[in-house]
Amino acid sequence: MIDLKNVSLSFGDHPVLHNISLSLSERRIAVIGANGSGKSSFARLLNGLALPTSGTVSVDGFDTKKQGKDVRGRVGFVFQNPDNQIVFPVVEEDLAFGMKNLGLDKATIATRTTEILERYDMQHLREHPAHLLSGGQKQLLAISGVLVMAPAYVVLDEPTTLLDLRNKRRIARVLNALDQTIIHVTHDLDQIADYDRVIVIDEGRVACDATPAKAIPFYQELMA
Amino acid sequence: MTIKDIVYIALFVALTAALGLMPPIAFAGGALPPITAQSLGVMLAGSVLGAKRGGYALLLFVALVAMGFPLLSGGRGGFGVLLGTSGGFILAWPICAAVIGHLVHKNANANIWVTGGMIAFGGILVMYTLGIPWMAVVGKLGLDKSLAIMVAYIPGDLVKVVLATVIARGLRRAYPNI
Amino acid sequence: MLDLYTPGTSMLHRMSPGPKMAALAIAATALFLQESLLVTALAVVAILALYRVANIPMKTALAQIRPLMWIFVIFFAVQWYFSGLTLAAYVVLRLAALILLASLVTLTTRASDMIDSMTRALRLFKPIGVNPDKVSLAISLALRFIPVLGRIATEVREAQKTRGLERSIIAVAMPLAIRAIKMADDVSDAIESRGYRS
Ligand SMILES: Nc1ncnc2c1ncn2[C@@H]1O[C@H](COP(=O)(O)OP(=O)(O)O)[C@@H](O)[C@H]1O
Ligand SMILES: [Mg+2]
Repeated sequence: MIDLKNVSLSFGDHPVLHNISLSLSERRIAVIGANGSGKSSFARLLNGLALPTSGTVSVDGFDTKKQGKDVRGRVGFVFQNPDNQIVFPVVEEDLAFGMKNLGLDKATIATRTTEILERYDMQHLREHPAHLLSGGQKQLLAISGVLVMAPAYVVLDEPTTLLDLRNKRRIARVLNALDQTIIHVTHDLDQIADYDRVIVIDEGRVACDATPAKAIPFYQELMA
Repeated sequence: MTIKDIVYIALFVALTAALGLMPPIAFAGGALPPITAQSLGVMLAGSVLGAKRGGYALLLFVALVAMGFPLLSGGRGGFGVLLGTSGGFILAWPICAAVIGHLVHKNANANIWVTGGMIAFGGILVMYTLGIPWMAVVGKLGLDKSLAIMVAYIPGDLVKVVLATVIARGLRRAYPNI
Repeated sequence: MLDLYTPGTSMLHRMSPGPKMAALAIAATALFLQESLLVTALAVVAILALYRVANIPMKTALAQIRPLMWIFVIFFAVQWYFSGLTLAAYVVLRLAALILLASLVTLTTRASDMIDSMTRALRLFKPIGVNPDKVSLAISLALRFIPVLGRIATEVREAQKTRGLERSIIAVAMPLAIRAIKMADDVSDAIESRGYRS
């Protein structure tokens, strides 16, 4: 479970999130809101990329401020632009990066690499230069690079915003098939209709926190 | 050295290499080798990243060139280039970046002319001081002829100083805590 | 793109990068210290023979020196004018020999093998505070960033074209620089979130 207690976040004297308290335990959680409302800042708090100005964020009891390493092992993070998430020039090397950071041995790294490439039908791309993949393949590689680290939670910040419709749907299917708890920041409302919980963020506050049936109409009203 | 420092160093290595891919500017009717944009990378690395990270960026760049990566303009690379006539200039790059970084960051509030002057000092004066004697010896040209050849490059280098000054100041305003 | 490596199975291909680099350094230094035109010319012939050994076509060998043709021409002209034909030939041949030799190493060695040996060699410098893992991370990132920068430059130029600004260097360079820094910030977040400890 990810717990936020009285969390506020400011950049200098510019407040971005105001006193948020939440417990995230459902398996499929969506976060929606206008541009600049604070969704990315909220997501970044969950794996310690951003640290709260006041209040605490904890993941399975580990404080993001004090136990960053334990948090990072539990919470994977997928960014909007896979170009900035793929660290290494070759697909296989990039998949290995996170696993090496976890201290896994060569054999395990090779096995997990093969597994994930087979799962997403990318075996033939193992030694392919990452920057030559298509947009959809790149995002799938970015997600794979997180999944091979076997996190319990996956936070995704608008992972489909840059993709075409077919690839949006493909990524949505991939996400729905995951065993992990996912916290998915998105503008694609049709993808989250059967989620367990939807959090609407407005000007740095939780404006609505409910089922999709309630939260999505609320959000549409808010944006109207 | 934080993760961010490593990534910035890599970025300026890449930037210096990418500048080598820009079409060179031919001049003097093609009687002299073309001017390339690459030393702009040196000036930017120093003025944006400061002495330590800027110097490391160019040190890594030169090491990659020495290992044979074709990162110099015209796709040149390898140990031989460093031993060649322009080798002194290239080997001077890490020092130039460090000098520029030291000066520019120590005087962060200097006006645009002073910043430009400091970039010119490291990017032209220091570079020529180290590069020209090398060229004179390796090319068996003697100091006077080497100096005469290099005069042709000063206008281009001054343009790069202006660009580096404007970009470095712009970046510092956009990202105060690079 | 950055890898000039030409696949092959010759003795030179199979040699490991460390000794190859060392041999290059020694040969280049020796070439520098001697001053005879005859020896230099023989060296060029010997190096071209090594290209044969490595099964690399002469066309590829020539391609290594073609980008430097202008420099050769100027040096040759200046030297000839001031110091005579012999010295001019010596200077230019020596340059050509150095470049051909260094290129031979590059052509017969994979970039990744070169990075690996460099990372290994860097372990020697650990006592003075060099961290080989960080250096190899920086190298990998730098090689990845080069094509990305090219792409950002194209995008910015196209965007400025619609405003008629594509020829203004600052109007292209400034947004390019800002986007490049933004990308670097995002990449460091990604590295951090994937558990890299600095
Ligand atoms: N590193 C930063 N420094 C200063 N302000 C920031 C920074 N990151 C985000 N902000 C500000 O925080 C607010 C929320 O941004 P963000 O969380 O990215 O929103 P969203 O993802 O919903 O678009 C915006 O006003 C943005 O300008
Ligand atoms: Mg966002």
